[in-house]
Amino acid sequence: MIGQTTADTMMDGQTVEKKEPEDKSKSLWGDAWLRLKRDKIAVVSLSIVVFYAMIALLSGLGLIAGNWAQEVGPSYAAPFENFDYILGTDLFGRSVLTKVIHGTQVAMSVGLISSMIAIPIGVALGASAGYFGGWVDEIIVWFYTTVSSIPGIMLLMSISFILGKGITTVYIALGLTSWVGLCRLMRGEVLKHKNREYVQAAGAIGAGHGRKLFKHILPNVTHIVIIFTSLQFQVAIKSEVILSYLGIGVSGQPSWGTMIDDAKLELARGVYWQLLGATVAMFVVVLAFNILGDALRDALDPKLKGKS
Amino acid sequence: MSGNWNYIIRRLLYLIPVLLGVCFLVFVLFNLTAGDPVLMLLGKHGSPEQAAALREQLGLNQSLFMQYVDIVKSAFTFDFGRSWSTKQEISAMMVQGAIPSLTLSLPAFAIATFTSIIFAVVVAFYRGKGIDLFIRITCIAMMSISSLVYILVFQYLLAYKWGLFEISGYEFGFPNFLYYVSLPVLIWVILSLGPDIRFYRTLILDEIYQDYVRTAKAKGLSEKAILFKHVLRNAMIPIVTYTVVQLPFLLLGALLLESFFSIPGLGGMTITALNSSDFPVLKAITILSAIAYIVFTLVQDIVYTVVDPRVKLQ
Repeated sequence: MIGQTTADTMMDGQTVEKKEPEDKSKSLWGDAWLRLKRDKIAVVSLSIVVFYAMIALLSGLGLIAGNWAQEVGPSYAAPFENFDYILGTDLFGRSVLTKVIHGTQVAMSVGLISSMIAIPIGVALGASAGYFGGWVDEIIVWFYTTVSSIPGIMLLMSISFILGKGITTVYIALGLTSWVGLCRLMRGEVLKHKNREYVQAAGAIGAGHGRKLFKHILPNVTHIVIIFTSLQFQVAIKSEVILSYLGIGVSGQPSWGTMIDDAKLELARGVYWQLLGATVAMFVVVLAFNILGDALRDALDPKLKGKS
Repeated sequence: MSGNWNYIIRRLLYLIPVLLGVCFLVFVLFNLTAGDPVLMLLGKHGSPEQAAALREQLGLNQSLFMQYVDIVKSAFTFDFGRSWSTKQEISAMMVQGAIPSLTLSLPAFAIATFTSIIFAVVVAFYRGKGIDLFIRITCIAMMSISSLVYILVFQYLLAYKWGLFEISGYEFGFPNFLYYVSLPVLIWVILSLGPDIRFYRTLILDEIYQDYVRTAKAKGLSEKAILFKHVLRNAMIPIVTYTVVQLPFLLLGALLLESFFSIPGLGGMTITALNSSDFPVLKAITILSAIAYIVFTLVQDIVYTVVDPRVKLQ
C-alpha cells in the first residue's frame, strides 16, 4: 500500500513537470519520462523500488524492525503458526520477518553506498580520459585495464580481507570493484561528444575546459550514470550474498546474504523459511531493478530502442 | 596486412605495462596493506627470534622495492614459491587443481553456450512475439535469484532428498568424475542461461537491423534463409569473440561451485587460501588469472581482425 501511494504522488509531481516541456520542445528528461511512463511494467518496477527504499528508510530510522535481535518465540518455529512471528523464527527464536525487513535496509544501503563510491571514480576518470585524451587517457586506460584484468571476485576477496569483516568493508569493496564499466562507458561517450558542434560552438564563444566539460558535456551523458546506478544496485545486492557465503560479508546484523548462508545448515533439518523469506524479498527488488535498468536504457538512449 | 602485424606487436608490448600494473596492485594489496603475515602465521606466542627467522625466510626483510621485484619476477617465471599452509610448490598445486576445474567448467561452458545460442536464435526469430517476451522475462527472473540459492536448493532437492546426484566430493579418472561434476555442471548451465541468452539475442538483433538484411528481404528471401544464411553467419563474429574472452575464467572454474561441492580445483583452492590467509597462493592465482585474461583479450582482438575484414585495427 505504501508503495502504491508513493508512486501515485511521484507521478502527480511529474505530471505537473511534464506539461511544461510539452508546450515548448520536449527536453531530454521530459521525453524520457514520457517514454518510461508509457511502459507499465517499468512504472510498477519503479514503485517496487520506491517501496523498498521506504522500508529501508523506516528501518534505518529505527521505526520498524528495530527489535530484530529480540527473541520472540521458540527456536525454528515454522511460518504461519503465530502472528507474532508470521514468517517463522531462526535458531535464536528471532522473527524472520523482522530480519527480512532489516535485511532490506542492509541491501539498499549496500547498493546506494557502493554506487556513491563507484560513480565519482568512474565519472571523474572516464570523463577526463575522454575529454583530455593524450597521456591522461593513456594512463587512465592503462589503470582500468589493469584493474579489470584481475577477476572481480579476487579483487573483492583481497579488499575484504585487508579491511576485515563488516558492512563498511562490503560497501568499500563493492564500490571499488565496480567503477570500471562506468568509466569505460563515460570515456567513450565523452569522446563522442567533445567534437560535436555544440561543444565546438561553446569553445568558439570562449568557454574553457571546465565550462565545456561541466556545463555542456556532462549533462548530456548523465543518462549513463542513471542506468549504471539501477544495475549497480542489483549487482551489489547479489554480491552481498556471495560475500556472506565466503565469510567476508556483513556481520553482527542480519542481511539477506547471511540468512541465505544460514540455510546451508538449516535445509537438512527441513528449515526453509529463512532461505525463502530472504530469497523472495531479494527476487522482487532485483527483478524490479533489472527491468527498470532496461526500461531506463530504452527511455534515455533511444538509439538502442527495440534492440534489447 | 602489415598494419595488422604492427597492431599485434604493439598489443603484445602493451602486455608488459599491464602486467607490471597487475603486479603493483597485488603488491599494494598483499605486501603493503594486508597486515603483517608473520603475526598471522606465528600467532601470539612466537618469540622475536622466530619472527625474525620467518621474516627472513619469507623475504619480508627486503626493501619494499625488492618485494615488488619479487612479485614481478614470479609473474614472468611462474615460480610462485611455496604455499604457507600446505608447504607445497604452488605451481604444482596449480597444475593439479586445473584438471578438476576443467572437468567441471569445460562441459558446463560448452553446454551453456550451445543451449543459449539456440534459445537466442529462436527468440530473435520470433522477436516481439509472445515467445520472445516469455523467454526474456524468464531470463530476467532467473537472473534475479542469487546463485547461492540455486546451489543450496539444487543440492538439497536433487542430491540430498531425491539422491539423483552425489552430494559432494570428487574422484579423478574418466567415468568417475562425471558422477561428481554433473550436478555442478547443471547448476552452472542454469546460471548462465539468463545472461547468455539475453546477450546473444542482442548480438543477433544487432545484425538483424543492418542494411544487408533489408536488401535480402527486398530481393525476396524468406525470414529463415536470412536468419541462417546471413544474420547468424555475421553474428558469429561477436559470438565467437565473446566466447574466447570467457575461456580464461574456465581455468579458475567456479569458485562457489567448487568450494560448495568440495571439488579440489583452483576455485576451491582459492577459497581455502582465503580462509587460511595463504598469501602466496592468493597472489599466484590473482596474477595467473590476470595473465590469462590479458592474453585471451589479445587473442580475441586478433580473432576479430582475422574473421572480420571490416575491422581495421590501429
